[in-house]
Amino acid sequence: MRFVNSVAADGATPNCDRPMSIDQFKYSRIPPEAEALRAEVRSFLAGALADYPAVRRSESWMGFDADFSRRLGAQGWIGMALPRRYGGGDASPFARYVVIEELLAAGAPVSAHWFADRQSGPQILHYGTEAQKDRHLPAICRGEQYFCIGMSEPNSGSDLASIKTRARREGDKWVVNGQKVWTTNAHRSHFMIALVRTGENSKRQEGLSQFIVDLTLPGITIRPIKDLAGSEHFNEVFFDELVLDADALIGLEGQGWSQVTAELAFERSGPERFLSSIALIHTLIDAVGKDPDALQAKEVGRLAARLVTLRNMSLAVTAQLAAGRNPAWEASVVKDLGAVFEQEIPELAQLLCEISPTVQGGGDHARVLAYLTQTAPSFSLRGGTREILRGIIARGLGLR
Amino acid sequence: MRDIFDSTVERLFSDLVTTDAVLACESGEWPAELWAAVEASGFTLAAVPESRGGAGADWADVCGVVRLSGRFNLPLPLPEAMLANWLLGASGLEAVPGALSFAAGGTLRLVAGKVSGSAVEVPWGRHVEQVVAIATGDAPSVVLLPTEGAKLIGSTNTAAEPRDTLEFASVVPLAIAPLPTGFPADVLKLGGAMLRAAQIAGALEGVLAMSTTYAGERVQFGKPIGSFQAIQHQIALLAEQAAASVIAAEAAFAESGERLARLPVTAAKICASEAAGVGAGVAHAVHGAIGFTHEHALHLSTRRLWSWRSEFGTLTDWSQQLGRAVCAGGSGAFWPSITAGAPGACKETRA
Repeated sequence: MRFVNSVAADGATPNCDRPMSIDQFKYSRIPPEAEALRAEVRSFLAGALADYPAVRRSESWMGFDADFSRRLGAQGWIGMALPRRYGGGDASPFARYVVIEELLAAGAPVSAHWFADRQSGPQILHYGTEAQKDRHLPAICRGEQYFCIGMSEPNSGSDLASIKTRARREGDKWVVNGQKVWTTNAHRSHFMIALVRTGENSKRQEGLSQFIVDLTLPGITIRPIKDLAGSEHFNEVFFDELVLDADALIGLEGQGWSQVTAELAFERSGPERFLSSIALIHTLIDAVGKDPDALQAKEVGRLAARLVTLRNMSLAVTAQLAAGRNPAWEASVVKDLGAVFEQEIPELAQLLCEISPTVQGGGDHARVLAYLTQTAPSFSLRGGTREILRGIIARGLGLR
Repeated sequence: MRDIFDSTVERLFSDLVTTDAVLACESGEWPAELWAAVEASGFTLAAVPESRGGAGADWADVCGVVRLSGRFNLPLPLPEAMLANWLLGASGLEAVPGALSFAAGGTLRLVAGKVSGSAVEVPWGRHVEQVVAIATGDAPSVVLLPTEGAKLIGSTNTAAEPRDTLEFASVVPLAIAPLPTGFPADVLKLGGAMLRAAQIAGALEGVLAMSTTYAGERVQFGKPIGSFQAIQHQIALLAEQAAASVIAAEAAFAESGERLARLPVTAAKICASEAAGVGAGVAHAVHGAIGFTHEHALHLSTRRLWSWRSEFGTLTDWSQQLGRAVCAGGSGAFWPSITAGAPGACKETRA
């Protein structure tokens, strides 16, 4: 699994020579050696989550449990595609895929290590110095070191290239001032990989760099932001004369944009982009029962068919990542279709069953429905909005 | 084999399947020369075992051929002949030359060696010489029936493709064999759904290319309409649906071997049927009034999409079958059935 920079991701013009094509979605079966992991993961989860309630499962990859992450690390299931010498398992991206889709399908609390496993680890492997790899990768793999991703700012949401947080050189140090926002897990992560402006250029995408920020340093203030459902997942993070050592820079100074772009293919193509509501599919099937009426049968079947297809699309992107390509365009297709799917599930639950959502009281289905109904709007915001993704897709087709 | 098949067929169709040829067929002609050229290419026998006179190709090898048939609006029962010959071969019968189709529905019964009843919605029924079907009786049988002498009740779909009813009265089959063990009684409907899913995927690829090109050329308000976000986002939706239908069809063909893979085929037909409606709608919105004319070629694809999506089982039909299987399995069986691909929750129905 490598990072390759060939297609811009967010708001920028793709620098590809020829238009993207849906032919790039090639059907790819999970190889048998990766598939062989599935039974072991299922059996582990059946034990570890035996009494785990449905409403907690519905938190999906927002569910945080450091003990669980350490147990997964002990199993060798975090950072498993990283090289053995850094604590990984030298596993194929497909093996990792099997593990993470099983975790998501079971609603396991994976949030603590999720971002490190998905993107920070691969990014440090690709761009990091030996010292950075040694410092971070083994601890990530043990499920002990957690990362958050510092991209958005108060006036830079979809327009990521407009960020203003700035790092200036002072001797052999960097001094950072500015603010990040909507940073998931900043309040319970050890490090942030922050995109920061380090130079002035006529082109906004130039002059950006990435830093690994130790969140225990002085000069950092982290404030959780309560979401509409009352949960605290995302944060605002302030940098006030934050002093970083020279070795906090990851990759090359001025190459932050292309590094972020490569990262987004990992961020956008995974099964978490269409499995966020699977806990509700499960409770819905039970609420409908064994003898569905015509409408229930139709809509449940349609959900299953779309899930089969989204999974095949996501696996096609995994195959491209495994081959060392940067499927940023294809990842945008998967994420947009996936978000529509995830968001439709609470609507279908309302359509198919006479069960009202409940926050207090009520059964599993009512509780899960309440949680996911309130969470669903974020599915087409986080990781790139619907509008940004559709713009990327159109530009990839040659429209501009 | 796949690359050679795809490039051969693409060249053949590019040369021969012109807009004029398609329109001539829509007015009722049978393109005998075109059929002869397609048959000479050998693809009607592609999926037949070599021991039965075929090329022994896997379904995965011929998915591109069927997609291209859809993309080029091929006015011939090539996909149908491939499936019909495949079933003959699988049943231990010799594959047959000549214009061939199949019937997935009707009331055919085999009594004392003779077939009676109707075969409905037979693609190109009025033009083909023979039809493969499954007749009920003591046990279901694969039968090869001559169309000569059958009573024809003509019907066409929205693309003027014949979808005829053929009525048979005590006809002796040209060939007959028991439905192979493990084959479901609806194998021809399932196979037909797989074909149409791939044809829809191919047609959507064509519609996407036409829409992208047109949006880059058509100028309004001083710039190409493709530079407007409203148009870009609609074409993005079309691309997403086309991509979904392509991979769903590829999965269905790749997972089908000696048996058709029920879950992937079902998923492919459901997703393709949904994609067909969305895709045709976007394409017409992008093309404006010119796309609504007979002169513009867009309708060659969209009128096919509007019919192919409901042939061999509508979205509702397949969704309900799948949904009933999922609900019967309960929530615990749901995810394992998705990852297994050929789930216990999606049982074969053996007649």
